[in-house]
Amino acid sequence: MRTVRFLLQKEFRQIFRNKAIIAMICVMPVVQLAVLPWAADYEVKNVNLAVVDHDHSTFSRQLIQTVTASGYFRLTGYNDSYQDAMHLVERDQADLILEIPAGFERNLVRENQQKLFVAVNAINGTKANLGGAYLAAIIKNYNQTIRTELVSGVTGDPLHLIEITSSNWFNPLMNYKVYMVPGILAILITMVGGFLSALNIVKEKEVGTIEQINVTPIRKHHFILGKLIPFWVLGNIVFTLGLIVSWLIYGIVPEGNLAVLYLFIAIYLVSVLGFGLLVSTFCETQQQAMFIMFFFMMLFVLLGGLFTSIDSMPEWAKTVTRFNPVRYLIEVMRMVMLKGSEIKNIVAHLIIVTLFAIGLNALAIFNYKKTS
Amino acid sequence: MQDVVIKTDKLTKRFGDFVATNAITLEVYKGEIFGFLGANGAGKTTAMRMLCGLSKPSSGNAVIAGYDVYRETEQIKKNIGYMSQKFSLYEDLTVLENIRFFGGIYGLTNQQIKTKSEELIARLGLEGEAKKLVGSLPLGWKQKLSFSVAVLHEPKIVFLDEPTGGVDPVTRRQFWDLIYAAAEQGVTIFVTTHYMDEAEYCNRISIMVDGKVEALDSPTQLKRNFKVSSMDEVFYQLARGAKRGD
Repeated sequence: MRTVRFLLQKEFRQIFRNKAIIAMICVMPVVQLAVLPWAADYEVKNVNLAVVDHDHSTFSRQLIQTVTASGYFRLTGYNDSYQDAMHLVERDQADLILEIPAGFERNLVRENQQKLFVAVNAINGTKANLGGAYLAAIIKNYNQTIRTELVSGVTGDPLHLIEITSSNWFNPLMNYKVYMVPGILAILITMVGGFLSALNIVKEKEVGTIEQINVTPIRKHHFILGKLIPFWVLGNIVFTLGLIVSWLIYGIVPEGNLAVLYLFIAIYLVSVLGFGLLVSTFCETQQQAMFIMFFFMMLFVLLGGLFTSIDSMPEWAKTVTRFNPVRYLIEVMRMVMLKGSEIKNIVAHLIIVTLFAIGLNALAIFNYKKTS
Repeated sequence: MQDVVIKTDKLTKRFGDFVATNAITLEVYKGEIFGFLGANGAGKTTAMRMLCGLSKPSSGNAVIAGYDVYRETEQIKKNIGYMSQKFSLYEDLTVLENIRFFGGIYGLTNQQIKTKSEELIARLGLEGEAKKLVGSLPLGWKQKLSFSVAVLHEPKIVFLDEPTGGVDPVTRRQFWDLIYAAAEQGVTIFVTTHYMDEAEYCNRISIMVDGKVEALDSPTQLKRNFKVSSMDEVFYQLARGAKRGD
């Protein structure tokens, strides 16, 4: 144990002398959490809409007004022909075309039915999809208003309509920031922990100091512990900073118990650091380590359920996510921070990351060779 | 009969088809300064790394300080010091911190570390630099410091791989003074070098050519055997037949 103490002393001295690491630990959580949640927002706004109005009636103007008043659309073209509107789409000035046929008002009043045409520029899938759906909803709503007015105007008997009201649990205002912040915080500590630990040992290989260590009677697990503990502490610092930042900027306070969160983070960090160490045992240069870590980080992030829901992934991709530690952290972060889950709700997650922690570190120790 | 501290028997290291070190058999005695010579690429570093327990031999045997090079590498490591070609103390730690760290992981007590640091710094005349980062020291001082750190835990043998490469003649002289001082304490010195004047300082030397030890004797005896007047010529006669090298 005395050996570990000497190793820790050395490691902390080196860390505190390395201005880049200190800057990374302090600046990264603040900047990422301050900037990313605003960008990583699924709510689609500013959909560019081109309208082709062949009717020029009160109703058609009313419809256009209702659509633009919703706040989701920006009218970028009011054209006479579909071709003109299509040109706007081709020049990327419009995402949607709404075509109102001639005789819109007449048919609506007299024949009680009318068709509208909506064309969607599907290059930006999310924007087009959601934009199309918003537009459909707005038109349906408008239709009902007219129905009610026309019909009740004639018979004096209101229509029987089914109205759906919903409430959003755990995120009442459907604020994407509330949903994204815990996820981004999860990625953040994964990145900091993984990269720091992977690059650190490889740096010792590059500089040649590892030879001097390998020629001493130091035990392998002591050496690994000496590397794990400092970065574990740093990971916790980054996490704490992240929590403070998300409280200050977004007012997000964990619903659940902080102790539960820290318990999970403690074990999770060991598994991520173990992963970094394992990567470092395979690499000879920091460049190699960097590339390998990036490769895995991309997989971890995209298959972690941060940006896309795991439930909607194909079966094989779901299976892959089960081997992704980040997935469990993102789930637990959202459960504990937003839903207030207790320890009994995350037992399965705890067991899985514990297995990751043991497995990855065992592999790292096994694969770290003092003798080549 | 003198105590044998390094004994190798047909020690061989292969990397695929390439035989880096080919059946080396030699003995090194306690307190001796043993020069391990050879051209670039002759296999010196590979052989030395095997003796230090950093690299596993492909075949053959070796006993270092009484411990088997296959089974007891960790025991060997307690009893040897090693200074590699590449400077390998921590440049972002101070002189004192490096001494403290390496003393600590070799298991010295705090009291031992304290007295040894003071001695070492006084001997090297580094009083003014003790609290400076090692990275800021000139190369010559770094080399002297890393030798002193390598013998800090009083090992039986110290392995030096080209310790004076790129160092000026005055510093080289001072470096050899340190080596002599250590040898007088009974530490066996196993050193590789490209400087033939340094070879003359050794008690005995071996010369490796293409992975094999081609000559092994005292410098005086070698010169007599090859009927030449300097070690330069001995080395030249042996090494010019070499097929490897860079």
